[in-house]
Amino acid sequence: MTDTVAQAVADAKAAPDTMAWDSGLRRLMMIYLPLGCFVLILLFPFYWMAITSFKPNAELMNYKEHNPFWITSPTLAHIKHLLFDTAYPRWLWTTMLVAIGSTTLSLIASTLAAYAIERLRFRGSPYVGLGIYMAYLVPPSILFIPLATVVVQFGLFDSPLALILVYPTFLVPFCTWLLIGYFKSIPYELEECALVDGATRLQILRRITLPLAVPGLISAGIFSFTLSWNEFIYALAFIQSGANKTVPVAILTELVTGDVYQWGALMAGSLLGSLPVAIFYSLFVDYYVSSLTGAVKE
Amino acid sequence: MSVTTLSSPVPVHRQQSWLVRLFDYKPFLVVMCLAPAIGLLGVFLTYPLGLGIWLAFTDTTIGRKGVFVGLENFQYLLTDSLWWNAVFYSVVYTGIATFGKFALGFWLALLLNNHFPFKSLLRAIILLPWIVPTVLSALAFWWIYDPQFSIISYLLVDVLHWRTSNVDFLGTPWPARFSLIAANIWRGIPFVAISLLAGLQTISPSLYEAAMLDGASAWQRFRYITFPMMMPILAIVMTFSIIFTFTDFQLVYAITRGGPGNSTHLLATLAFQRGIAGGELGEGAAIAVSMIPFLVFATLFSYFGLARRKWQQGESND
Repeated sequence: MTDTVAQAVADAKAAPDTMAWDSGLRRLMMIYLPLGCFVLILLFPFYWMAITSFKPNAELMNYKEHNPFWITSPTLAHIKHLLFDTAYPRWLWTTMLVAIGSTTLSLIASTLAAYAIERLRFRGSPYVGLGIYMAYLVPPSILFIPLATVVVQFGLFDSPLALILVYPTFLVPFCTWLLIGYFKSIPYELEECALVDGATRLQILRRITLPLAVPGLISAGIFSFTLSWNEFIYALAFIQSGANKTVPVAILTELVTGDVYQWGALMAGSLLGSLPVAIFYSLFVDYYVSSLTGAVKE
Repeated sequence: MSVTTLSSPVPVHRQQSWLVRLFDYKPFLVVMCLAPAIGLLGVFLTYPLGLGIWLAFTDTTIGRKGVFVGLENFQYLLTDSLWWNAVFYSVVYTGIATFGKFALGFWLALLLNNHFPFKSLLRAIILLPWIVPTVLSALAFWWIYDPQFSIISYLLVDVLHWRTSNVDFLGTPWPARFSLIAANIWRGIPFVAISLLAGLQTISPSLYEAAMLDGASAWQRFRYITFPMMMPILAIVMTFSIIFTFTDFQLVYAITRGGPGNSTHLLATLAFQRGIAGGELGEGAAIAVSMIPFLVFATLFSYFGLARRKWQQGESND
């Protein structure tokens, strides 16, 4: 009895709604069609990149006889050229090393800083937090010239170590900010209990706060990794020798040669350089989205 | 279990070394915890920032320590038509690209806020342009904008027959400028859309129900509920977007390197060309420093956005 009444009420509620908004055609025109266009445009460059990397040169330069949107005889020649005739594996390795190094460094620095600011609560801690946040607003474009001279002063010019040390300048502010948010969500009482039980502050950090902040650490780690993988201007300014370059810089400066561009090899290089971040991202996509949106919200 | 609880705590407490006690002393611990972050930021951010401002007032070149020359670099820039060009294009680039990113990104966020199957998958796919290294997607755009084999030209000429000749995307100034702006918008849409989607999801549905009962139209619900509720987050995301669009470097450097005829130089690429490639560190630094007033303006914009939020919610902003 009550069920049928509830059902009837629900129907009555839903009916005008459905009439007004969910009529199939309208929904199609207002939501699915624009959404489809967005997806098409946002993904097309990747499709184009991928299809170019497997096209033989004859098809690449002849649109009259071959449909450019498809491949008739796919080839691995461009990828083979990239892996065996250029220093591409070396560049990938350097990039990986730099990304992992700077991510580790910034995670350690920002975890400690966030813990001090949010949990140790000294006088003026909000101002230190604000100061670190403001550092995020200083773009690399106004820093790279003086930083180049600093790097030369330290004798780190042309060394990947320079990048590992410099990347935290834009990673630490973001990670600290993110981790402060995570630490905030951990109840104070847990730490108080541990203090009463005689644990030291460092034990609390290691045994209680850090395990609870693992999702935050993962988010910060992924974000740092992708940002350092993608960094360009510092790597361009501080690294000179071909062997030490990172992938984005090397493709642009080493593979673009002469007047005839090797589009197949260029696109294959771009595809291979994008894959590690894309795979890494797809494994942790929820963390990534939550860190992006969480950072914006707070 | 019982053994460990009985035996372990007592001796540990008694024999705390001075080191353990030092690390439990709060002021010391605070300093130790902040040292790595503050140290890194101080050496590689604050110091170079100051050094950059100093360099802008000297005539330093690569390999030669400069001397203080006062405002000479800036006076020179004011008479330099290339610098004025770069300022002009930076403002145009930021203005149009920001408008495009936010108009399209907001639209995409509103679309994604509906219910449909595979929503989370779609959200993940849409972020791809933001994840992939900018230079690498810029290369794809370079290839898409190729004068001879552009796929867009192919579509317009051979498939749709709207034009008879290929589009000259990067060969002449204005088309090149707009091609770069289009690439920038393409890259920026995902970030804006996902951030704004997060904001949209925090708006309580009861507001819309109340408005529907009062007979508000779809446009009125957008104009008087969605838009004002989104203002604070819009202000923050827009500040970030403006700062990073204005100081953009990668897209322009990868696609046109400032050409044709220096018409697409942004301030950042001009600073690189003069400072690093040309070796005139002092002049390059002056160009970089000349971006700061614009950035301060954008940051103030963000500050007032935040202040407005505090006032709206009537609570502290912690």
